[in-house]
Amino acid sequence: MATHLATRSGVYADSVTLMQVSQAVAGTEGVEAALVAMGTPVNLELLPGMGFDTDELDAGPNDLVVAIRASDEDALAAGLDAVDASLAGGGGGTRGFGAPPAPRTTADAIDEDTTLVLVSTPGEHAVAEARDALAAGVDVMVFSDHVSVDDEVALKDVAAEAGLLVMGPDAGTAIVGGVGLGFANVVSPGPVGIVAASGTGAQQLTCLLDDAGIGISHVLGVGGRDLSAAVGGRATLAALALLDEDPATELVVVLSKPPAPDVAEAVTTAADAAATPVRTALLGPGRDDLTTVAEGIATALDRPWPAPTSWPADPPPRRRPGRLVGLFAGGTLATEAVLLAAEVLADPVHANVATDVAAPLDGAVTADGHLVVDLGEDDYTAGRPHPMIDQSLRLERIAAEAPDAAVLLLDVVLGHGAHPDPAGELAPALTSALDANPGLAVVVSLCGTAGDPQDREAQAAALHAAGASVHLSNAEAVRTAAGLIEA
Amino acid sequence: MSSRLLTETPDVVTVGVDLFERTLADQGVEVTAVDWRPPSVDGAVLGALDVHRLATANAEAFDRLVAAEPHWVGIASARDAVGIETGQFLHAGPPLTWERASGPMRGALVGAMLYEGMADTPDEAIAIGERGELELAPCHSAGAVGPMAGVVSPSMPMFRVHNDAFGNDAWCTLNEGLGKVLRYGAYADEVVERLTWMQQVLGPALADAVGVHGPLDLRSLVANALQMGDELHNRNRAATSLFVRELMPSLLATDRPTAQLAEVADFVNGNDHFFLNLVMPAAKAATDPCRDIDGSSMVVAMARNGTDFGIQVSGTGDAWFVGPAGVPDGLFLGDYTAEDANPDIGDSTITETSGLGGFAMAAAPAIVKFIGGEVADALEATQSMYGITIGEHPAYQVPILDFRGTPTGIDVVRIVRSGVVPFVNTGIAGREAGTGQVGAGLVTPPMEVFTAAVEALADRARAG
Repeated sequence: MATHLATRSGVYADSVTLMQVSQAVAGTEGVEAALVAMGTPVNLELLPGMGFDTDELDAGPNDLVVAIRASDEDALAAGLDAVDASLAGGGGGTRGFGAPPAPRTTADAIDEDTTLVLVSTPGEHAVAEARDALAAGVDVMVFSDHVSVDDEVALKDVAAEAGLLVMGPDAGTAIVGGVGLGFANVVSPGPVGIVAASGTGAQQLTCLLDDAGIGISHVLGVGGRDLSAAVGGRATLAALALLDEDPATELVVVLSKPPAPDVAEAVTTAADAAATPVRTALLGPGRDDLTTVAEGIATALDRPWPAPTSWPADPPPRRRPGRLVGLFAGGTLATEAVLLAAEVLADPVHANVATDVAAPLDGAVTADGHLVVDLGEDDYTAGRPHPMIDQSLRLERIAAEAPDAAVLLLDVVLGHGAHPDPAGELAPALTSALDANPGLAVVVSLCGTAGDPQDREAQAAALHAAGASVHLSNAEAVRTAAGLIEA
Repeated sequence: MSSRLLTETPDVVTVGVDLFERTLADQGVEVTAVDWRPPSVDGAVLGALDVHRLATANAEAFDRLVAAEPHWVGIASARDAVGIETGQFLHAGPPLTWERASGPMRGALVGAMLYEGMADTPDEAIAIGERGELELAPCHSAGAVGPMAGVVSPSMPMFRVHNDAFGNDAWCTLNEGLGKVLRYGAYADEVVERLTWMQQVLGPALADAVGVHGPLDLRSLVANALQMGDELHNRNRAATSLFVRELMPSLLATDRPTAQLAEVADFVNGNDHFFLNLVMPAAKAATDPCRDIDGSSMVVAMARNGTDFGIQVSGTGDAWFVGPAGVPDGLFLGDYTAEDANPDIGDSTITETSGLGGFAMAAAPAIVKFIGGEVADALEATQSMYGITIGEHPAYQVPILDFRGTPTGIDVVRIVRSGVVPFVNTGIAGREAGTGQVGAGLVTPPMEVFTAAVEALADRARAG
């Protein structure tokens, strides 16, 4: 047995990279446990649990902590070599002659050709980078969350003065001229431009439209708070103006939760004044679900609306008594699930998404009775990547919930930025779950397009082969799942 | 709208998660990834700064810095130049007491006391120091700069450099040469004898020569030397040669005895670092007019006293932000090793503060051994400084970088955001008093001084 526990200063890598490094090291022969991570409190707490004695460890959040336990010294050395090799990345071996060092700030990285800055630093530090973009006259998409409302308003005011757009904070999805930013699906070009205050809502809508043969010009994410009274729809109005000027956009859709009343009026006024037709799609109790919104767009464009693709389980599952358990990665998909399930189910649905119709979870990850949980919520993502990238928490919850559930409902989000093969991990987990509880039915809401890099057909086939009903429409998946519960 | 998002080919800068750089590259999009790391201050500190005011103030500070027209115009005794009397001494770096002074600083003070006749033996001088009878002040507080220990006593002759653009003066002692010299903390008889000769022969001869010559343009000489392989901190060979060439006719035109002129010419010509003591006050004369610009985050002084590393920043008045001086890495003379090295010392970092020295390292491939051994190291050093400076010097250019101006105007905000600290070349003094120089190399400034400066700027911004 050989152990290494040490810190390295002056080294920084983001958590996604370090997760991959940790995995590479843990996969080295003879290595029994490995953690390569920045010394944040969350990461440090992991170490005792992995069997490392941290009494002597003095590490701060800017220190890289390398912890490896191996069967012997040779294996430990191999593990440490793997750390160095993984951290070194794929750079060339030549020093070059005067190649400039990589830029360390956004201001340094911007040149005259830059059209957009995409900020995904921890929220506390996102404002400085976004300010750099605006100061250089460049639009910015702030993927980061945890940016204060004051900072958001200040950024958007600076942008307005310069005629620029701030997407976000907390803007998960955008598509500009076919290029996906953040989490986005591969869609065909077409007439629909979307202003989205919801990331997975925009993904669902674009996927359904793409499936119906209706293309997308652009999707401009504005952040979930943009239409609040405090922010006043600043980015929504700017995005509306941009799409109105865009010759490729024939119809603009504003996708959001119901805005604050004053803001709704401002958006309506702007929509009325626009030369391009504008539809507003507001997500909430008693309102159209996203699939109905997509159908409405097809109708408005005078295009046919084929039913969204699905892969029903064979044989079709029967109704059964018990719990509906929804484990979601997409926030808006989870919200839609709560709203639609609550319409169908007699007993209350426990959920961690804000709706008037659900019983709150109050920070817990489970509850007795029906359950819909958004695993992308802050409560669960602190110190680990979003469940659309890292499914480990969801795999854990599937195993834990399956024995006591009647119907398991999952979303699987494909596209740029998402896990490269979610079904590859989920299908075996579903097989195990069905082994443990043969009375279980599984329904999957698959949010993706035929062009997505994960190969949507193969993903659907793998999930279907594991026993799931698979639906491209989230609404249809939820209704199918809830319809399987016997009152 | 001036947004180009929907009208131009996407060309994206990503900052943060690596994933998004990869997904964009996979889509064939032109993408530049920021090599981001968390700043050394809380986001709220950077958030408190008024970026518009910061940019305006820094533009003003930078413009003043590069507008400087430093000329060597004369020589005066420290008594007349900086107004010190017997018992008063200037020293390098931020404020210091005898108790906290390192070996070479004490050694230099001992040598200066012997030279001024305040003590007859080193032990007597040490006793004076220990009794607290010395009045010490930083060179920077008196319009002066001093290399290494930077000790200035009243009788020493000093170069007077005048900034024509702003009318201010800066002062520096005359360079003694290498080896056992006062500025490295040596105080043997030969050291004191040399200082006396400099006071009686060298100073007056040079004063006469510059009188004949008239003001000598240091900006033009520095720009020339950069194109001849100097970075003007650890290499002053070209600059010294140019200086000798420029001054020699005037020196010969003075009515001093030929034997004296030969001594002076031989002394100046034999010391590759003679010009260091002219480029330093030239830099000081350029940075002083940049002080006290409200809101500016530009460094106006960066200096070490052998114990502390300190900076002063334009927007924070006379405050020094100090941290522990590091022990330099580099090459050592003879049998000396890193064990013999004193922590970093000297005001010569005024060269880096004005866009020279380590910031101009790419101009001086001949001395790359000091900093790691390869020319690529020198090129990388200069290029990595563009990220922490406000602009590029219009006159100081680096041939190998296609005559790009040197990175000029160190910005503490850029430092805390990028995690890149100034690249500082330096001489290395022996840690024992009386040893002298033991090597030369590179030192890493402590990040905490830049962090503290940014926090102070944020405090001022919050206070309005």
